[in-house]
Amino acid sequence: MSTQDLEQRFQDRIDAGEKIEPKDWMPEKYRKTHIRQISQHAHSEIVGMLPEGNWITRTPTLRRKVGLLAKVQDEAGHGLYLYSAAETLGISRDEMTEQLLCGKAKYSSIFNYPTLSWADIGAIGWLVDGAAIINQVMLTRTSFGPYARAMVRICKEESFHQRQGYEIMLTLCRGTAEQKAMAQDALNRYWWPAMMMFGPRDEESPNTAQSVKWKIKRKTNDELRQQFVDITVPQAEFLGITVPDPEMKWNEDRGHYDFGAIDWDEFWQVVKGNGPCNKERIAARQKAWDDGKWVREAAMAYSQSQENKTQSKIA
Amino acid sequence: MDVSLYKYLLMLGDNSMILGHRLSELCGHGPNLETDIALTNISLDLFGQVRSLFQYAAKVKGGSATEDTIAFSRTEREILNVILVEQPNEDFAHVVGRQYLYDIYHFLLLEALVGSKDETIAAIANKSLKEVKYHKRFSGEWLKRLAGGTDESQQRMQAAIDHMYPFLDELFHVTEVEEEMRAQGVGADLSVIKAECYAIIDDHFRIAGLQVPEHPPRVSKGKYGIHTEKMGFILSELQFMQRSYPNMQW
Ligand SMILES: [Fe+2]
Ligand SMILES: [Fe+2]
Repeated sequence: MSTQDLEQRFQDRIDAGEKIEPKDWMPEKYRKTHIRQISQHAHSEIVGMLPEGNWITRTPTLRRKVGLLAKVQDEAGHGLYLYSAAETLGISRDEMTEQLLCGKAKYSSIFNYPTLSWADIGAIGWLVDGAAIINQVMLTRTSFGPYARAMVRICKEESFHQRQGYEIMLTLCRGTAEQKAMAQDALNRYWWPAMMMFGPRDEESPNTAQSVKWKIKRKTNDELRQQFVDITVPQAEFLGITVPDPEMKWNEDRGHYDFGAIDWDEFWQVVKGNGPCNKERIAARQKAWDDGKWVREAAMAYSQSQENKTQSKIA
Repeated sequence: MDVSLYKYLLMLGDNSMILGHRLSELCGHGPNLETDIALTNISLDLFGQVRSLFQYAAKVKGGSATEDTIAFSRTEREILNVILVEQPNEDFAHVVGRQYLYDIYHFLLLEALVGSKDETIAAIANKSLKEVKYHKRFSGEWLKRLAGGTDESQQRMQAAIDHMYPFLDELFHVTEVEEEMRAQGVGADLSVIKAECYAIIDDHFRIAGLQVPEHPPRVSKGKYGIHTEKMGFILSELQFMQRSYPNMQW
């Protein structure tokens, strides 16, 4: 069969709603796109552990300690499934990690913002996990089987994280004036970065058409962003805090909220590595990688020596 | 209030709390994802135990005490963990060494406490025992792996054991509170656990190819609330929110 025929058959399968599995024939570009997207998603889970990890030792109560530890641990688990899904496409976890550390692979820019108060932990769960769910629910129906299945599992946990974050915010907003101010400040700082999580505007997002064809994307960045706004603004109102956008208002005709312009210059600055914490996040991952080197080597040497022992016993 | 029982619960809970805190510092920084998850899991288990123990301690203390006032409002001199558990995460071998020694002790202690005359302590011990069985397996396997891995890992594991082992003795030092609890059939008999604990550890070290350190026990008075210079820094993080914003709901 010619490449063209193979490609046609491949597209027909996707159009028919079939899942593509790792051993199936796939265009090289499909494979590469998925390696890039799934590994970036995995890196986001892992780098995302850092800003929240920053508050694990300082939670206000024991109950919050257990909740936050479990949440950050879930994110590590998400990273693990996603790395495994990417590995089915012929790349190793070590290679992906090296790409992250050298800056070749990206991760979600939101994690380059600092967590400065306990309320930021609430805001991240509410807004960042909330935005992630919107993206990921769409991805549960993506064409690549292992990615879609990983998303189903991950989405359940993300919605738990979102509720836990919202509940932290609610407790603060029902608390003292100082606590409510802390919640408002967290919303002020995290609102726009959360809005940016859906990526550039559609007209500046060249990959979208191809991604739609492969069902990686079933909705555009702007559609997803609108969905996030429509869900989140009433939640802020219920909390009694204000989204930091003077242009935010309900548009009766559209049946959606209108919102103000995003500072895309800031977005690109952070993407390019100039955000408040880019350097620190990568440095932390680099340190864990470097410090872990002798441990990984020891584990490998040990399992090798155990294997040799078993083999010599059998022989 | 039954002061001895209250203090005994603090001693049990503080060991779990401070060890859990040390492990929680590593969340997101482990040598690989699998160990990161496993260490966080152990930390989670320990904090779960802390909650049960301090909820009970709050009941024993009465008044407005809660698990959180007990965890976050005591001064350093009122915190009664042993020195072993506050040792810093120098490297992964130190984390494994500290965990391994504590797990062996912890498991034997809980086995004894399952038979406690105090039903709440017995129930908490019973639940914790299942968790600590897993902790012990994790740290024991890593002890063997590092000791039998590369030259570097062997040296690091031995160095970690050399550092941690002299703090083990404090676990078996019997305070007045512990003596009273033992006499009442509430607490464990540490002298019984001691012999068993050293026998198991020495045996494991021999199998793993680790030297039993000859260093004499370090003078340690954590059980009396006298800690290392590191402790203030642990508490400044652990108690940060409650100290900065007292009397609020979170
Ligand atoms: Fe996640
Ligand atoms: Fe999450």
